[in-house]
Amino acid sequence: MGFKEYCFKKSLWLFHFGGASCNNCDIEILDCLTPRYDVERFGMQLVGSIRHADVLLVNGSINRRDKARLLDLYHQAPKPILVVAIGACGCTGGIFAEGDTFAGPVDKIIPVDAYIPGCPPKPEAILAGIVKLLNKK
Amino acid sequence: MSKIIPIGPYHPLQEEPELFKLYCEGEIVKDIKWETGYNHRGIEKLSQSRTFDQVFFLVERICGICSTSHPFAFANCMEEIAGIEVPDRAKYIRTIIAELERIHSHLLWVGLAGHFLGYNTVFMWAWKYREPVLDLFEMITGNRNSYAMFKIGGVRRDIENNKITRIKETLDLVKKKTDLLAGAVMDDPVIHARTKGVGILTKEDIVNYGAVGPVARASGVAIDVRHDDPYAAYPLVNWKVITAQSGDVFAKAEVRLLEMYESISIIDQCLARLKKEKEGETEIVVKEVPEGIGTGHAEAPRGEVFHFVKTDGSNYPVRHKIRAPSYVNIATFRKSCVGQTISDATLSLAAVDPCYCCTERMAYAFDVETGKKIYNGNELLALSQSKTEAIIKRIKTEL
Ligand code: SF4
Repeated sequence: MGFKEYCFKKSLWLFHFGGASCNNCDIEILDCLTPRYDVERFGMQLVGSIRHADVLLVNGSINRRDKARLLDLYHQAPKPILVVAIGACGCTGGIFAEGDTFAGPVDKIIPVDAYIPGCPPKPEAILAGIVKLLNKK
Repeated sequence: MSKIIPIGPYHPLQEEPELFKLYCEGEIVKDIKWETGYNHRGIEKLSQSRTFDQVFFLVERICGICSTSHPFAFANCMEEIAGIEVPDRAKYIRTIIAELERIHSHLLWVGLAGHFLGYNTVFMWAWKYREPVLDLFEMITGNRNSYAMFKIGGVRRDIENNKITRIKETLDLVKKKTDLLAGAVMDDPVIHARTKGVGILTKEDIVNYGAVGPVARASGVAIDVRHDDPYAAYPLVNWKVITAQSGDVFAKAEVRLLEMYESISIIDQCLARLKKEKEGETEIVVKEVPEGIGTGHAEAPRGEVFHFVKTDGSNYPVRHKIRAPSYVNIATFRKSCVGQTISDATLSLAAVDPCYCCTERMAYAFDVETGKKIYNGNELLALSQSKTEAIIKRIKTEL
């Protein structure tokens, strides 16, 4: 097992970056923490600082104002870090891709390891996506 | 020397990007400024390149939590231009969806408010009991959020009569759990001590700032679009506008909790009427939208949503203007936070239930003074929570 695999073996800590989103994806991510889905049983937890995180969850289309911040965050993140693009907006820009201020999608700005499509993806889908990502590593 | 405490733009205290700057002297907040634009998506412009049917999907995605209010207001607006009246069954279905949304949105707020106070149990409970409501949405519309129920002239899907029992059962459950939450909030001496007299907005403040929704109603200003300019099935059922007088954080919680009971009763009445209507009569076909201008509004969980549309007889809106409730409610922070301690300010911010994705439209520029002191998000949250703990201790010793 390499160092990278070892890092991601247990208790992933997640940092959530909400770009220019409609808030549904944000809420569904929070929903994963609440009793019905409860990701904490896998040791996963939302953390308040990117410097503690193993996984960066990005949702929402990225506008010009967010772009610099997203880059900053990515540079501040301890490497290796997994980046997960959540929702149609995160994957492609979704319904907002033709907007004037659109500067994304996420994978044009930072490297992305997994995409979870859906508008919004169900909490089950988010969990399944992260589990899939871990198994692949 | 005043210190500046930034909250945001990416901050664990809030779900969405928004930058607040608290100008403080010691513990006391002297001024507050905010900066938006992190969530700007250019929706009004995008809307001009969509057909009327597609605009519904777009406005639904202005805000995920109130994803019925915007289509509702837009539908009201378009129906005004086209001069049509939707069938009764569609009216009831629209009302049911809007009220279910109010329930889940208020539950969400109760949970978040509990989290700010340091009561994570309330957070977990409220969100747990929000799930059955989302299940109902999934059953009726096929999606947990963003329901795509509205269209010009009616609704896209029927609520078949065989689904009514299931909806009723879920509502009974939610009502029981609301009793539980309301009891937990209303009877708890700690919550009383922590939220009463905090973030007060007087009647004049509300009028001056033009605040709407539960924020206004908690200060004794009984404005509610559902009552003042009735639309859909609201004039056909019995309900009342909930108000409170004190205007503090507690009053805002009270108004929201009591509104959930009203919503449940509205849905019950609508379901009863729905049974009498013929199944399947959910829309009238609209072939063409004439040239004209129209306005439409709807009462979202956070206040009045307002849409203005200008059409030229084609398939696309020529101009589409949207105003969301948080846009005006956020301005009241100036009144509710200034003069308070920092730990109370965060609570007052949360009490308005600001929704930034609705609000995004402008940037607010200002000079930043030197001499920054930075609390990070966790520290701020901890500050608010430790105050609650102090109150718990004090109350325990008093008993
Ligand atoms: S993918 Fe859909 S639900 Fe998620 S932020 Fe974008 S519009 Fe909202």
